Amino acid sequence: MEHTVLPAWALLAYLASGVLFILALRGLSSPATSRSGNRYGMIGMAIAVVTTLVTHVPETAGAPDAVAIAKILAAIALGAAIGVTTARRIQMTAMPQLVAAFHSLVGLAAVLVGLAAYLNPGAFGILLPSGAINPDSRIEMGLGIAIGAITFSGSVIAFLKLNGNMSGAAIMLPGRHVINLGTIVAILGLVGYFTQDEALWVIAAITLLSFIIGFLLIIPIGGADMPVVVSMLNSYSGWAAAAMGFTLHNTAMIITGALVGSSGAILSYIMCKAMNRSFISVIAGGFGATPDAGGGAAKEQRPWKRGSAEDAAFLMKEAENVIIIPGYGMAVAQAQHVLREMADLLRKEGVNVKFAIHPVAGRMPGHMNVLLAEANVPYDEVFELEDIQGEFAQADVAFIIGANDVVNPAAKTDKSSPIYGMPVFDVDKAKTIMFIKRSMGGVGYAGVDNDVFYMDQTMMLLADAKKMVEDINKALAH
Amino acid sequence: MDFISILSIFVMACFVGYYVVWSVTPALHTPLMAVTNAISSVIIVGALVASAATTSAASSWLGLAAVVMASINIFGGFAVTARMLAMYKSKKKG
Repeated sequence: MEHTVLPAWALLAYLASGVLFILALRGLSSPATSRSGNRYGMIGMAIAVVTTLVTHVPETAGAPDAVAIAKILAAIALGAAIGVTTARRIQMTAMPQLVAAFHSLVGLAAVLVGLAAYLNPGAFGILLPSGAINPDSRIEMGLGIAIGAITFSGSVIAFLKLNGNMSGAAIMLPGRHVINLGTIVAILGLVGYFTQDEALWVIAAITLLSFIIGFLLIIPIGGADMPVVVSMLNSYSGWAAAAMGFTLHNTAMIITGALVGSSGAILSYIMCKAMNRSFISVIAGGFGATPDAGGGAAKEQRPWKRGSAEDAAFLMKEAENVIIIPGYGMAVAQAQHVLREMADLLRKEGVNVKFAIHPVAGRMPGHMNVLLAEANVPYDEVFELEDIQGEFAQADVAFIIGANDVVNPAAKTDKSSPIYGMPVFDVDKAKTIMFIKRSMGGVGYAGVDNDVFYMDQTMMLLADAKKMVEDINKALAH
Repeated sequence: MDFISILSIFVMACFVGYYVVWSVTPALHTPLMAVTNAISSVIIVGALVASAATTSAASSWLGLAAVVMASINIFGGFAVTARMLAMYKSKKKG
């Protein structure tokens, strides 16, 4: 092995930063320990960066090169300025887009590092005495570039969809399964061929095809499946870092890559399970593109009851237990703050208010929890599906705001429904159901009608979510 | 280090990741994604190695571009995670 031998202290420092990253994730097991966990992460990163800077001082003719050092520090400062400004300004409702944008940067950085290693293998210590690049390193480099490029272009599409620059609907290309599989096989074949021939065209073709496949893979995936996509891209960004860690023989990168890779994979699994869908069917795409699929399509004309903000306020004031179920619509309407005010007003009346969150509510894992936290809802008033499911029988009011598929009883009863088998809240057990919805026209992302609209105990509150809650608050304050 | 030692570290770290991530409370899944984003930018190590090598100008410019991207992620990722985590309050504290 021709690896540049780093001093023992540097190897230990990288190991330490890897351990600190593990502690950073460990801290997230509870909100109380999470803040110190985040600090461990920062310390770990600082150790990795400083160690690299100190052991890789740019030199010209044996002396430190001041210009090169200044360029590196300027690059870090520029990134820091952009990163911190973005993090401060971003709205909490835009968090899914921000995470997608960040993923795309990790992906692109991996591609650039891979290409840099190809152009200057000596600096990465992957040169054989013959002057050729070590074939093992070529596989790692090729895979790292491929995963990085897929992460980049996939995240760009995810960002455009989440940010509303591109239709959230699934876009279907004819013959896409054949095209996709063919492209993936071609990429793997090229990575294999790369070990035999280190020509520039091979690495260029791997990069280009991987950009294309990332784009093709995410295009057909619809809005409601975004939590899975964002988690999956999270996972990819980890595997890309790990592949580069193999090239550099760097423990910090390998440990981190493995952590992030497993983290994203587990989140994808949790999201798929919460929708009762297989990972393969999500990746194959097309969910939400067939509005006529499943039962209930011809039942549009059933009777339903409309309520006013005053009715809702009156009923909730008299209630003992109210469970609020927020969904993506709450985020779109930015209704989280007025919703917290409503909960406060109800509590003053002696009502017991709880929030119930479905694992796939919103556009990324934990999206609703962050928004409620932003609105100062204490986390011990927010419950997961399995923890609150049994309480609907005692609930006087189930208050649904911006959610739809996660309360659809068709998931329990209608085998022909596209959401059949997805765990849903038992809202039908509550005495009264209040359902905020913009109009009776639209249905959830899955494109299925919801029997909850037509139940005897359901009161439809048709208005913009924020406006409706504001009106309820006015009525409650009287 | 030989390939097998590196692979061993990688496989062990996957298991550590598996158990650590399952213990993360679902309420913190968004901060989890933000912080994993920040730490996966440890790829900056590779970017710094490339930028510091004065033997290839093209390679060092690619490295510098990657340093900028990874830094955006590192600083942005940790800052936004800190901002989110600061919002999670328990009832007892008010």
